[in-house]
Amino acid sequence: MDRTILHCDMNNFYASVECMLNPKLKGHPVAVGGDVENRHGIILAKNYEAKKFGIQTGEALWQAKQKCRNLIIVPPHYEEYLKYSRLAHSIYEDYTDLIEPYGMDEVWLDITGSTKLFGNGEKVANELRERIKFELGLTISVGVSFCKVFAKLGSDLKKPDAVTVIPKDSFREVIWNLPASDLLGVGRSTDKFLSSHGIHTIGELANAYPDLIQRKLGKNGMMLLAFANGKDRSRVAPQDYEPPMKSVGHGITTVQDLENNAEVWNIILALTQDIGHKLRVYNKNAAGVAIYIRYIQDKQLGGKQWQCQLPVRTHSAAIIAREAYQLFERSYRWEFPIRSVTVRAINLCSQDLPEQLQFFSDAAAVERKEKLETVIEEIRGRFGKYAIQPACLCQDIKMPTDREVELRMPTGMIG
Amino acid sequence: MNQPQQFRKVYVEVQLTVSPEGDVRPNTIKFEDGTVYAIDRLRHRCRAHATKVGGTGVRYTVVIRGQETYLFEDDGKWFVEARGNVGC
Ligand SMILES: [Mg+2]
Repeated sequence: MDRTILHCDMNNFYASVECMLNPKLKGHPVAVGGDVENRHGIILAKNYEAKKFGIQTGEALWQAKQKCRNLIIVPPHYEEYLKYSRLAHSIYEDYTDLIEPYGMDEVWLDITGSTKLFGNGEKVANELRERIKFELGLTISVGVSFCKVFAKLGSDLKKPDAVTVIPKDSFREVIWNLPASDLLGVGRSTDKFLSSHGIHTIGELANAYPDLIQRKLGKNGMMLLAFANGKDRSRVAPQDYEPPMKSVGHGITTVQDLENNAEVWNIILALTQDIGHKLRVYNKNAAGVAIYIRYIQDKQLGGKQWQCQLPVRTHSAAIIAREAYQLFERSYRWEFPIRSVTVRAINLCSQDLPEQLQFFSDAAAVERKEKLETVIEEIRGRFGKYAIQPACLCQDIKMPTDREVELRMPTGMIG
Repeated sequence: MNQPQQFRKVYVEVQLTVSPEGDVRPNTIKFEDGTVYAIDRLRHRCRAHATKVGGTGVRYTVVIRGQETYLFEDDGKWFVEARGNVGC
């Protein structure tokens, strides 16, 4: 039996939530910027008005301001994004329990079993779109199809506040002329390879020689070939709702190269402040930490990474910083000065999960740190991120910008 | 951002009756200036976006002194969409 799969994508999610909460922003170019107070941040999201000025996610705030002098930049409110992500989720739950989140603002829904009750995919999609607009003041674009990949493709075709159906009997006419890079799983390097072999559209990919794809792109390539032909059988895999996040990371390219342990410690400490905040917002504890160091070697950018387990699962910025630093100290040999540092809290699990206490680790000390940081967090919530800081971060630490690195992977598909 | 704003979000004190089944009914609203308004009728309840002042919540359509108005509950706090620019 054919399935009915919906992919719902909340449009410009962060920026839309900000404008919904503060209607005075509506109609103006608005961007959400990381690290606004510090004037060193980057654009995390923007609304359509800002898009018209060519503002791009990831660019420096000063660059964005140059493109659009009236750009209104607001700091991120992750708590609100999480709240509205959850509220949207509870609306989806009225239609099916087969819900697979993809990042904070996207989900797949398998409503095959409930079409008799609620109507066909297009009808349900429009109902969802209207309800989310009325109840949450936000817009979504929805793709309706018979598989996840095409549903996702559909939600990208028309936005904002729109529904696109890609039917099984006519999907070739609808999507085969689209660029191959529109297909989920076709990244930049794959696209480059395909282009160099004259494969530019999804249709051309669908009709490519399997031998060539198999030889050059392997198993993933064959999967893409199947996707282009509408042969995506991956399931909508329901998950208990917690943001599907495996790691939280922050990285930075420093203004000048770092030359000693003390300088690296400052950067690690600064990066983990944000990591600690995010872990709190997402209700996660980290079981491990990973660091990624980049340096210039013979005029080429080189890099190394290491990871280790934490003695106790925690969301404490101080502990993650300490473990990351110790990992760095015992791993890096200072053959080259350092250009960039990334710290990631890894192996995340819910804070509600009971902790298996280890005999040799001091869980009480960890808990004390976490309590202290709860207070710090409250102060920052009321008076701003820089109201309270480790003293060693109050100097110039060669740190230019915040970077957002969020790992997002769909289940049962690529990788 | 300087355009005149006609409505503002005002958080209010409310008195509630909670039935044994858990149904919540607001009885009175105490406005920021201390005036207490009795809610004469409760017409409708739904989840909705507060289009005039931003945010969302459970929206109660209530009648106060013959006038229909909205009262919102969001994460345990209650607010109304008040007319006027005071305090902005
Ligand atoms: Mg989106």
